[in-house]
Amino acid sequence: MMASAARALIARDARLLWRRRGDALQPALFALLVVVLFALALGGEARALERVAAPVLWLASLLAGLLALDTLFRGDAEDGSLEQWMLAPVPLSWLVLVRTFMHWATTALPLLIATPVLGELLHLPRAQLPVLVGSLALGTPLLSLLGAVVAALTVGMRRSGILVALLALPLYVPVLVFGAGSVAVAAQGLDATAPLLLLGAGLVLALVLAPLAAAAAIRIALT
Amino acid sequence: MSNAPPLLAARGLRFARNEQPVFGPLAFSVDAGEALLVQGDNGAGKTTLLRVLAGLLRADEGTIEIDGRPAAPGLRARAIAYLGHLPALKADLTALENLHFLCGLHGRRKGQLPEHALAIVGLAGYEDTLARQLSAGQKKRLSLARLWLAPAPLWLLDEPYANLDLEGINLVNRMVQAHLREGGAALLTTHGAYAAPPVRTRMLQLERAA
Repeated sequence: MMASAARALIARDARLLWRRRGDALQPALFALLVVVLFALALGGEARALERVAAPVLWLASLLAGLLALDTLFRGDAEDGSLEQWMLAPVPLSWLVLVRTFMHWATTALPLLIATPVLGELLHLPRAQLPVLVGSLALGTPLLSLLGAVVAALTVGMRRSGILVALLALPLYVPVLVFGAGSVAVAAQGLDATAPLLLLGAGLVLALVLAPLAAAAAIRIALT
Repeated sequence: MSNAPPLLAARGLRFARNEQPVFGPLAFSVDAGEALLVQGDNGAGKTTLLRVLAGLLRADEGTIEIDGRPAAPGLRARAIAYLGHLPALKADLTALENLHFLCGLHGRRKGQLPEHALAIVGLAGYEDTLARQLSAGQKKRLSLARLWLAPAPLWLLDEPYANLDLEGINLVNRMVQAHLREGGAALLTTHGAYAAPPVRTRMLQLERAA
């Protein structure tokens, strides 16, 4: 039952994404824009770019995810889909988790795949690439899960606008610090295992707790 | 039909919003094979009552029993299919894709196919039409097809006749009749202007709380 509901939801979101592929591309394009503008602003100077490459890529991923956050549950709340989710014989938190996974797969995953190319653009030292990709692979799902809680909290409001960003940023800061920090540690030739493990621990914790919190917030918002 | 517990029973059900009473205390029961027609003016609390029964809202007082057992969320989800004011259709999916998703979510009655359900509600030929291109009445019909496919024995229909033409109203009545014949039950809200389905019907009149 849970598997078939997840399959149905993934198929639905994939179809919706394809029908509105212009909208779906927006977060990725936005991230690309941030990266390119940074490269231009720093004058393409290799030494300056090297230093900021990893933080800029981290920030671009974070902002791209933030941009798409408001649409996570809003459409489903407006057309009544969330009501049917609440009445379904599968836990709401499970559907929230699947939906959040799709959000991550469509906003963060394309950037994760493009990271080596974008890294070249920013003169990212090759030695830092594995740590950067690793930290993004652990950190971006964590951002999506934290974002899901915030999106669920604001789903009852007609327009949440900047509120989503204001609520999400304090939660995002530690992730950004450890994510970008892991690459900085690696750049100094030190072992980056500790910050990566912390990100992993945060991800495991969020995987369990965030869907429950988001589901509770949706129930409150819709009643 | 003798000693089986009613499919749905409510006792002392009361709901208040911001300390303003909306309805209740209400007591009623619906047996398998019966329809309960909930009548009342606009604002009398018909929709709220259905949302409480579905579990979307929590009653302030009273108990709800399904098949003689307290209505826990899992039991509710299996026993109840709810048709609300919001159609729960994605505008960018076709009629058939919408049905496939909702069947994946709620499960599907044995031996029923989404294609057949579309034909039953008079939407044959609209399988590949995007939901955004359907009229309000056709969207209602699509929601009815979803209901038809749901495995739940208890239907909660909030204004099922709204937006429908005469033929559509007959369709709702035929569907309810067929559902009741198979041992299901249905609660329908209406503000009274429409013909009730030709089945064993109980009435519940809601008055606007003073």
